[in-house]
Amino acid sequence: MPRSKTSKPGTLARREAMAALLQHRGEILVVTGLGSPTYDVHAAGDRDDNFYLWGAMGGAALVGLGLAQAQPDKSVLVVTGDGEQLMAFGSLATIAVASPRNLTVAVIDNHHFGETGMQMSHTGHGIDFAEVAASCGFAATGTLRTRSDVDKLAKVLAKPARGPSLYVIKVAAENPPRSLPSRDAVFVKNRFRAHLGFPVG
Amino acid sequence: MVNAKAARSAVGSASKWPSDVYRVLKAANVRQMFYVPDAGHTTLINLFLADPDIASNVLTTEEEGVAISVGAWLGGQRSVLLLQSSGVGNCINMLSLPVIARFPLLMLVTMRGEWAEFNPWQVPMGRATQPALEAIGVRVMRADKPDDLAETVEAAAALAYEADQQVAVLIGQRLLGKKKW
Repeated sequence: MPRSKTSKPGTLARREAMAALLQHRGEILVVTGLGSPTYDVHAAGDRDDNFYLWGAMGGAALVGLGLAQAQPDKSVLVVTGDGEQLMAFGSLATIAVASPRNLTVAVIDNHHFGETGMQMSHTGHGIDFAEVAASCGFAATGTLRTRSDVDKLAKVLAKPARGPSLYVIKVAAENPPRSLPSRDAVFVKNRFRAHLGFPVG
Repeated sequence: MVNAKAARSAVGSASKWPSDVYRVLKAANVRQMFYVPDAGHTTLINLFLADPDIASNVLTTEEEGVAISVGAWLGGQRSVLLLQSSGVGNCINMLSLPVIARFPLLMLVTMRGEWAEFNPWQVPMGRATQPALEAIGVRVMRADKPDDLAETVEAAAALAYEADQQVAVLIGQRLLGKKKW
C-alpha cells in the first residue's frame, strides 16, 4: 500500500522547544547534528559539554553511540534534524543492536531540509522515525507536538533506561536567526574532552 | 548479543597475524571495535567479539564506524574500524570529521581487487582505495607480508593515538590469500 503523501506538520517554535528540552539538562553530554540543531543547542547556551557538528552529515547519532559506550555512567543526548538522521537511516539498526542504556536521540523534525531551501524531506512525506526506531527495538520512542510533551521528556532524559530511546519533536518549518558556535572543531573537541577530565594536546 | 564462546571457538589457527594484531591493539588499549564483516577479518573480528572488555559494533555501512570512533575518543576511549577496501568508498565524507577535528582514527582495511581477484566488481574500488583515502587526508600504510603486519599496525596505532593522526593500514590481498569460492 502506498504511503500517505504527507504527514501532519509541527507547530512548535524550535528554539523554544530546544530551551525546554534542555531545561533540566544537568550533567547530560550533548552532541548536535549539522545545521539548525547545532544552532538551536548553541542558542540555548554554549557549554563545554556540547559537541557540535558542522558537517559529517549522518554522523550525529553515531558519535553519540561511541560516546555513550565510552561513558556508560553518563547520559548522552543527540540533538539532530530529520534530514541529518535520514542520511543515517541504518544507524538506528546499529544503535538498537548495540543497545546502550544511556543514549537518547532527539530528532527535531520540521519535515524539510532547512539549510538548503526548505525542500520537503522524507518525514514530510510520511516516514515516521519513532515507528522506525520502535521497529528496530529502541526501548522508548515517541512523537512530541506540544510544549508540555517536551517539558515531560526533559524531566526523564537523565533517568536510567532499559535501552536507547528516540523522540521525534515536530517543529514548525522556520529558520530563526543563526546562532553559531565555533567552527574550530579541534577547539570544540579539546574543550569537551577537558570537561571530562582528559588531557588535551 | 554475540555468544562469546561460539565466537572463541570460531577463532581458527589458519594464520598467526590476526592474533598478533589483536595483541598489538589490546596493548594499545583499544576499547571499542566496529566492523562490516569481511572474510579476511574473520579471525580478528571473532577475537574481539570474544573479549568482554571490548565494545563491538556491527555496522550497516562503514562510515558509521568513523563516527562512532569519534564519539569513543570524545569519551576517552581508543577504537579500531575493520573494513574491506570496498567499504572505504562509503567512508569518504564522514572522514571529514576526524580529519578536520584531528581525532585519532585507526582503520584496518583488507584489500580486494588487486591480487588473484576473481570478482571484477571488486577491482574499481580496490584501485581507488589508497588515492581516495589520501585525497581526503588519511595517511595510508600498507603490509603485504604477514611478518610485517603486526609491526605496521603497532606503528599506525601510535601515529593515530599518540600523534592524533588518521591512519588506514591496507592489508594486501596477497597476504590474505586467494579467496576460496
